[in-house]
Amino acid sequence: MATLFSRRRFTKAANQTTRLLIMVAITFFGLLLITFLIGRVVPIDPVLSVVGDKASPEVYERARIAMGLHLPLWHQFLIYLGNVLKGDLGTSVLTARPVLEDIFRVFPATLELAVTATIIGVFIGIPLGVFSAVKRGSLLDHITRIIGLLGYSLPIFWLGLMALMFFYARFDLLPGPGRVDVFYEDIVAPVTGVLLIDCIIAREWDIFKNALSHIILPASLLGYYSMAYLSRMTRSFMIEQLRQEYVLTARVKGVAEWKVIWRHALGNCAIPLITVVALSFGTLLEGSVLTETVFAWPGLGLYLTNSLLNADMNSVLGSTIVVGSIFLGVNLFSDFLYKVMDPRAR
Amino acid sequence: MKKLFLLTCTLMFFATLTAQAGTPKDTLVMAGQIDDIITLDPAEIFEFSGAEYAANTYDRLINYDVDNVSDIYGGIAESWEISEDGLTFSFKIRDGITFASGNKLTADDVVFSLKRVIILDKSPAFILSQFGFTPDNVEQTITKVDDSTVKLVIDKPYAPTFFLYCLTSTPGSVVDMKEVMAHEKDGDLGYGWLKTAYAGSGPFMLKTWKPSETLTLDANQNYWGEKPKMKRVITRHIAESATQRLLLEKGDIDIARDLATDDIKGLSGNQDIKIRKKAKGAVWYLGLNQKNQYLQKPEVRQALKYLIDYKGMEQTILNGIATIHQSFLPKGFLGALEETPFSLNVEKAKALLKEAGLENGFTVTMDTRNTEPTTSMALAIQGSLAQAGIKLEIIPGEGKQTLTKYRARNHDIYIGRWGPDYMDPHTNADTFARNPDNADDAKSKPLAWRNAWDIPEMTKKADAAVLEKDAAKRAEMYLELQREHQQVSPFVIMFQDIEILGKRANVDGFVLGPSFDSNFYQFTTK
Repeated sequence: MATLFSRRRFTKAANQTTRLLIMVAITFFGLLLITFLIGRVVPIDPVLSVVGDKASPEVYERARIAMGLHLPLWHQFLIYLGNVLKGDLGTSVLTARPVLEDIFRVFPATLELAVTATIIGVFIGIPLGVFSAVKRGSLLDHITRIIGLLGYSLPIFWLGLMALMFFYARFDLLPGPGRVDVFYEDIVAPVTGVLLIDCIIAREWDIFKNALSHIILPASLLGYYSMAYLSRMTRSFMIEQLRQEYVLTARVKGVAEWKVIWRHALGNCAIPLITVVALSFGTLLEGSVLTETVFAWPGLGLYLTNSLLNADMNSVLGSTIVVGSIFLGVNLFSDFLYKVMDPRAR
Repeated sequence: MKKLFLLTCTLMFFATLTAQAGTPKDTLVMAGQIDDIITLDPAEIFEFSGAEYAANTYDRLINYDVDNVSDIYGGIAESWEISEDGLTFSFKIRDGITFASGNKLTADDVVFSLKRVIILDKSPAFILSQFGFTPDNVEQTITKVDDSTVKLVIDKPYAPTFFLYCLTSTPGSVVDMKEVMAHEKDGDLGYGWLKTAYAGSGPFMLKTWKPSETLTLDANQNYWGEKPKMKRVITRHIAESATQRLLLEKGDIDIARDLATDDIKGLSGNQDIKIRKKAKGAVWYLGLNQKNQYLQKPEVRQALKYLIDYKGMEQTILNGIATIHQSFLPKGFLGALEETPFSLNVEKAKALLKEAGLENGFTVTMDTRNTEPTTSMALAIQGSLAQAGIKLEIIPGEGKQTLTKYRARNHDIYIGRWGPDYMDPHTNADTFARNPDNADDAKSKPLAWRNAWDIPEMTKKADAAVLEKDAAKRAEMYLELQREHQQVSPFVIMFQDIEILGKRANVDGFVLGPSFDSNFYQFTTK
């Protein structure tokens, strides 16, 4: 009996894994196909990015063939697909380096920003949402809702420019664009790619201070958007939980109010909140395109923007695949956590 | 009390983090648009920022004086001779020059560098290959006589300055043969490596290049000439003019390279900032496709030249960044025509349109790059053309998108900017006034071809001018060519570029030349 039961469980788990893998493969294939087609149907000649406007017809033709653009579209896609599966995203026109190498170089800067922003979002947004739900209709609740609403409606590039104007140009409280002041560039050798950590490793405390001051503004800005989203979602989850009978029971049993709110109610919000935090992290990666452009932050967002503006399609495709894959990975991870925390989902 | 303490702590935290004012004394810090750099190999560089990088990091056989272009002087060549038949050029190399690597610079390096350009045959290779050098004949035409002498044999007796000016351009840069060949892979002559690396002997050497982010150069301690005053030059890519201005005003950079007219105006009262200007070789023009039934009429071409508000645009949209210029050779070039016969004259234009049987006007499109000042110029042109009944439909697009269409001759009107490739007049005559074959599958596709302008007679005149050895006669030939071109061509040439930079008042000695490969950092002080 026990063997039969464990075999059933094994079969169920295997089926679930197979389904998951098929879903991931289809999503990944769709992502590749769509980004590839968009890159090919735009009315821009990608050869121009390589040889420029003044190249002779021979040079132009040679580059076109080298890029495989003389082949039918389906053939080009198959070659690209084969290369991607081998881990080769092609060479960037702009940097003359393999796209994957570029992404490894620029991604830590985005990660640094997104992680800091998520920390800000989680540690401020969730408590704010809880307070707002507990004190419904109070001044704090209204303020929280306004903050949330603004976070939803204000364009991030506008807020970024305003923040620069206020904190940098007008009051000189924080430094301007960039990850570090220009004259500190290229002093710290990259080890992890995360500048703050690399400064600690190299014991370059002046540069560490400088880098820390540079990250405050863009991370706070991204963090604000994350916070606005998380506080709104936490508020609505909490309001729903606080209405439940188990909360009433706990209160009747004389459990301390803080315990009722933070342990019982918030504990039950944790499961949907994980998905929300994961989605928010993914959105931050998207949001970094605009934030990094405004703050000249040399991460994946700025890399993608520059590549797009210069019709560097390999880089555009590579960056999109990476962002898409991370989004997919984060979602899968949140599903996994969901299952760990909620036995009903297993 | 507790709140006051918290506020004080917060302010102190910000104060300690705030960036230090000013840049280090021995470092020149610039902000500019450097995302056009796609390679660091002088055999392939063909972009503005790349050309400026090569000019500061590599040496060439000869150079020209940035204030008097006709004065050509020796770079790593201490002297040169031209044979009587005008076909053989011999260069004597200076003794005692070493590359940044420490290797001695000899005739072998010069021969290797020039041959390499021809064999690799990248985009700018035509600047040298137009003299008859091919991968098959370089062993005979580019040779070493002895350790300090190089002999170059060209195919036709061109005007000598034509060849000399071409040697002053980026493909004429001399690379360190030993260093490059040490990195050769599969017979690529070190191309894969040099795309992102450095092997030169100029006043500065490459420290790091982070594409579309920063370019950092260090002073070359082995440099044979006057040592640079700055130990380091850092250029950060900042695309927006407003951000460049902000950084300059705050003292976070020393020089802003790409300021828009509004920001230049905004900086005018600031005592800490100085503005410098230098006329550059690029010209702004409209290309009128001769496949269009209206634009192919000579009267319509002429009428359009009278329907541009040159003065209005110069004083408002271009305020300081371009000057009126109406011929294909920019001011400063041998034989440049400085006459400006056209101004906004709606009545004259209407009369010309009537002659063409188009008194009721017509509709035409213009492919326009969606960046400033092109967009504003297009709107101004749309307004002035409307005064004579011509309905101009602007088709905005990304730069490469409009260019793709233009190169395929699928446009009606194209508004563009063209920069010369070297300092000889043939550079622009070759594209604006030559079209050896107007067929769709032509081998050579100059601007005249892109606008489907079939000009066998003018092509012959341009070919004759490049062979004229007497400089005065040659200048006269170009003047005549431009006068004719100005009247009949499907090109409405409007303005010549001016490069403007904003610098902190304490920065001196930054050399702005007539082209991007003659902007030098070597003499800059702070």
